[in-house]
Amino acid sequence: MEISYVLNGRKYTDDVSPAQPLTEYLRSKGCFSVKRGCETSNCGLCTVLVEGKPVLSCSTLTARINGKTVETLEGLQEQAEEIGGYLAGEGAEQCGFCSPGLIMNIIGMLRELKNPTEEQIRNYLAGNLCRCTGYVGQLRAIRKYLAEKEEA
Amino acid sequence: MFTTQNYLVASTLDEAYERNQKPKSTILGGCGWLKMGRRAMSTAIDLSGLGLDNITETEDFFELGAMVTLRQMETHEGLSAYFGDCIAQSVKQIVGVQFRNGATIGGSIWGRFGFSDPLTLFLALDAQVVLHQGGVVALSDFVHMPYDRDILTMVRLPKRGQRTVYLSHRAAATDFPVLAVAVSETEGQRIAAVGARPMRAERVLGTDEEGAEVFAQRCAEELDFASNLRGSAEFRAHLCRVLVRRAVQALEEV
Repeated sequence: MEISYVLNGRKYTDDVSPAQPLTEYLRSKGCFSVKRGCETSNCGLCTVLVEGKPVLSCSTLTARINGKTVETLEGLQEQAEEIGGYLAGEGAEQCGFCSPGLIMNIIGMLRELKNPTEEQIRNYLAGNLCRCTGYVGQLRAIRKYLAEKEEA
Repeated sequence: MFTTQNYLVASTLDEAYERNQKPKSTILGGCGWLKMGRRAMSTAIDLSGLGLDNITETEDFFELGAMVTLRQMETHEGLSAYFGDCIAQSVKQIVGVQFRNGATIGGSIWGRFGFSDPLTLFLALDAQVVLHQGGVVALSDFVHMPYDRDILTMVRLPKRGQRTVYLSHRAAATDFPVLAVAVSETEGQRIAAVGARPMRAERVLGTDEEGAEVFAQRCAEELDFASNLRGSAEFRAHLCRVLVRRAVQALEEV
């Protein structure tokens, strides 16, 4: 099946296996930030933005990005690096395996919610699992990032 | 992951219906559940080109196309203005925002899953489903119908001035519910729906003259509960008494 879409600002037309999960398809396009952390649509690690909204690429069929805009961490380097800096600065991460998905969902959240409350942040990011920590450092980092963004 | 020989982006509902008559064809929803299986399909039928992704308010109903996502329902201003926060409450614990941006109400309701939060809430709201061949069917009937080759095109929520409360108990945040409860009242009539028993949600009808505690006790006695890894039948019956009572009491505040 032939589809056209925009990936990280660049237009592509490609002959794809329509029912292939988007995770594997994007990896075949060199987007290695997109990973699988579970097999049950639960961990949030494979998060990408489709039309600006965060979705699980493991549960999205490649056919369904036809005519749409897809963003991965590879296309959002500057913002990802900034958020990653706050996470590292607060000692939030141990192994770091989950952080690409978390950062993608933080970016998705910031596009949807203006000045989110603590509860809104927790609800929005509840679908990103971290098995090393208790999320306290991550929340501290996000609050600090938001506060300093607002001041700037 | 499922496999398929053909992938059809349907251009009409008739085309989708015709292709779906082959036993190995499957209508795709959001695929969050389907992807977990290993179904070998002859044709995967994609309804995403049919404009079924809108929420429309009419005089008597809110009409939710089958491809409306759970997240659309959660954030829709018209729905929350009319029904309060029960819709958002019923979906906010379903995995995460990313999952709910994919999962569709058509897939949730068609599946008639025992664990389903929206099925539980929509039974209490006295929802209807619209089937391509079968026409309009009350959800309370649809929930007992066997799976067939029809296509669910729309879910309709009647505007009857319902006041509704949704509660669930979960062993951990974003997990499946151990028990799900929705209670709705309109014009003196009360509908309780209890899901994740862990079988498909069922309703208990009553009136607002019945006290919260008595009604909750009756729900626990009239419904069946079973055990699975999330809880025993006895625990679920206990939760039913507690959550129905709390929901009825909370209705006074709605």
